[in-house]
Amino acid sequence: MTAAVLDHDSADAHEEHPTSLRIDSRKLAIWTFIGSECLFFAALITTFVIYRNSHATGPGPKDVFEVPLVTAGTAVLLFSSFFVVMALNGAQEGNRKKLLLWLSLTVLCGCFFVGMQVYEFTGFMHKGMGYSTNLFATSFFTLTGFHGTHVAIGTLWLGTLLKDAYKGRIPPNKALNLEIAALYWHFVDVVWIIIFPVVYLMSLFAK
Amino acid sequence: MATAALDPAHATSPKRSVLVDWLTTVDHKKIGILYGASAFIFFLIGGLEAEVIRLQLMKPDTHLVSPEFYNQLFTMHGTTMIFLAVMPISAMFFNFFVPLLIGARDVAFPRLNAMSFWVFLLGGLFINASLLMNAAPNGGWFGYAPLSSRQYSPGVNMDFWALGLQILGIASLAAGVNFFTTILNMRAPGMTLMRMPMFVWSVLVTQVLVLLSFPVITIALVMLTADRNFHASFFSYNVAGGDPMLWQHLFWVFGHPEVYILIMPAFGIVSEILPVFSRKPLFGYSAMVFSMAFIAFLGFGVWSHHMFATGMGPLADSFFSLMTMLIAIPTGVKIFNWIGTLWGGSLQFKTPLYFALGFIAMFIMGGLSGVMHAVAPADLQQTDSYFVVAHFHYVLFGGSIFSLTAGAYYWWPKMFGRMLDEGLGKVHFWLMLIGFNLTFFPMHFVGLLGMPRRIYTYPSGLGFDGYNMASTIGALTLGVGFLVFIYNVIRTWRTGAHAPADPWGGATLEWAIPSPPQEWNFAVEPTVSEKDALWAMKRAAGVKVLPEPPLVSGKGIHLPSPSWWPLFTSFGILIFMVGIMVKGETHGFPFGPISVFGVLLTAFSIFKWSYQPVDHPTSH
Repeated sequence: MTAAVLDHDSADAHEEHPTSLRIDSRKLAIWTFIGSECLFFAALITTFVIYRNSHATGPGPKDVFEVPLVTAGTAVLLFSSFFVVMALNGAQEGNRKKLLLWLSLTVLCGCFFVGMQVYEFTGFMHKGMGYSTNLFATSFFTLTGFHGTHVAIGTLWLGTLLKDAYKGRIPPNKALNLEIAALYWHFVDVVWIIIFPVVYLMSLFAK
Repeated sequence: MATAALDPAHATSPKRSVLVDWLTTVDHKKIGILYGASAFIFFLIGGLEAEVIRLQLMKPDTHLVSPEFYNQLFTMHGTTMIFLAVMPISAMFFNFFVPLLIGARDVAFPRLNAMSFWVFLLGGLFINASLLMNAAPNGGWFGYAPLSSRQYSPGVNMDFWALGLQILGIASLAAGVNFFTTILNMRAPGMTLMRMPMFVWSVLVTQVLVLLSFPVITIALVMLTADRNFHASFFSYNVAGGDPMLWQHLFWVFGHPEVYILIMPAFGIVSEILPVFSRKPLFGYSAMVFSMAFIAFLGFGVWSHHMFATGMGPLADSFFSLMTMLIAIPTGVKIFNWIGTLWGGSLQFKTPLYFALGFIAMFIMGGLSGVMHAVAPADLQQTDSYFVVAHFHYVLFGGSIFSLTAGAYYWWPKMFGRMLDEGLGKVHFWLMLIGFNLTFFPMHFVGLLGMPRRIYTYPSGLGFDGYNMASTIGALTLGVGFLVFIYNVIRTWRTGAHAPADPWGGATLEWAIPSPPQEWNFAVEPTVSEKDALWAMKRAAGVKVLPEPPLVSGKGIHLPSPSWWPLFTSFGILIFMVGIMVKGETHGFPFGPISVFGVLLTAFSIFKWSYQPVDHPTSH
């Protein structure tokens, strides 16, 4: 599926006439993919909400969640969305320095977030919460694990673009290559903005 | 292959062996043919499974196959027909004809298109490989929990099912993104949305359904795999509080849109055929478009009518009853518009029209029993009986398969440049119509008499015997019908008459170009000024049939280059899934070395793919 958006060029790119909707096909494709992904996360989040109180065996949300750590991760992810916009702005202006600076920061943020999750998950294991300890744990790990995988793929993707940018392969007329990755990155960020309150805050303040 | 042989201009292309050519092709027409050929073979396997089921049920107390194998047969029959036959045969038409109908040279992402096909093929082979191990899926095509859990299905059977469907889902989602983008963005100048051929509309609506429903089954299958292989308990009753109902909800949130994914392309094909063979435009074009969109919209709000017997309570039952009955309205609009198209037309009784008319009649019958199911109290009597089997075969065989067969006869000349034999086509039609009704009509009665679906055998004296004998005779007649079709294809391949560009007096752009089309489809990009673009061109020229278009040299036309990476990506995905199954029983880190290798192969292939230049001019 990510192949759709990594497809660096599309069949119509060399036609003289513009596309029917006057929007690049790759951009339309990533929006389409994002629309589809909404249902993917909707199913995961719904399952978590159904099962979040199913922790008769083993620890529950209040025993394991470390809100300060995750708040930091959330902030980092939010900032990275801003950073990638700055990077895109640099790419569109042909300002290589600006592009490299902000894109490096974005990739760093991605790495930090994935690292935060690995650290968090390891801590849960030490507190006796494995993948199949109870349904709260299973649905939590499945949801946040899939989100983390999305962040990891996004970080990898932005990383390859950073390499391209370093080699000067993202001139202004190819800024779209970055814009598509940025759209995906924003989406992954938005999903986390839903996950953070629904999974962490609401589980803690539930009766 | 046929394209290359008939096309002198192709000689300038770089030489590749035929095998490499097909393995690396990104041409939507070749991919379409690959889809069609593989899907037809899967269709024959699924058909053979159905024949064995019917032979087992022909007489009471039969023991032709073992009960265990019988479970595998009906599960594989359903899974194969839905995911490996009807969907990919539809995909054959999407691939071959959507670009032609909208006046494009290819789809938006040709390599992604190739990947969709290879993922589909490998997924289909993966599921069917289970038959060779005598471990085919055996828990029914909707894999209800807790039967599908490790506790009650200990073998690898349901792993094949869950992981195989996961693979096929990736193919469908990739194709969904691709065709949605293609239809919205690759239309020829002047081809506004409301000038698109109805088949293209049906594909657009189908892709929306795919994009919004497949993610849900992806998650459901992930959870099932976690339950089976990673000791989770999403769907099993135990101290942790898992709930089998969650599976049913997730499955049918996908499953009901899925049946519309199977029928929408059929609507589209019939809506192309009826105007051409009635010699008048489709009646109520915009009503047809909006009713299709409305059906798709409602399709997401009716899933629980598959679950009336689970005790959801009167409020939920009433809601889903009403929503389901509402679907009869846009569907009725479509049926009346098809009849309105025929009304007063000068009907050309060719094979495609026969099958299209068969579709309308059979689909009405399936629709009527569908409304009966919508009544929750009545459904409690019908559920899990042969009445349901009769209903969904009337809509999926009487609907989808009749229409896809109509499409095959209609578009065969364009795809392969030869005309299928009309006489044999009509023999095929009558065998299919009679065989179909003889098979499935008695199932209504035997179902209401109380014969449960999926039952291995039954004792004599319950009033089931005669009906089952009739169904089996009907199923064998259907089999003979398809043998006639295969004979027709072989004969046409060897001695069939060459097809002109426009054998039926077509209304749409694919008939404006040679049969079969050249690699670049349109030598000059067409411009469209109204609906039924080709009829408009003929009217403007004052002729009934345009002169035969000449074969041209494609010098200077940019075409996407062939690529190995879609095939390698697909293998990576397959290997990842196989790894999960092989690793199955182990605790700890969920992915073994095979899965890790699969992920690395996929990632590497996508990486190489991204940096591969996309096209080359055909001249060298």
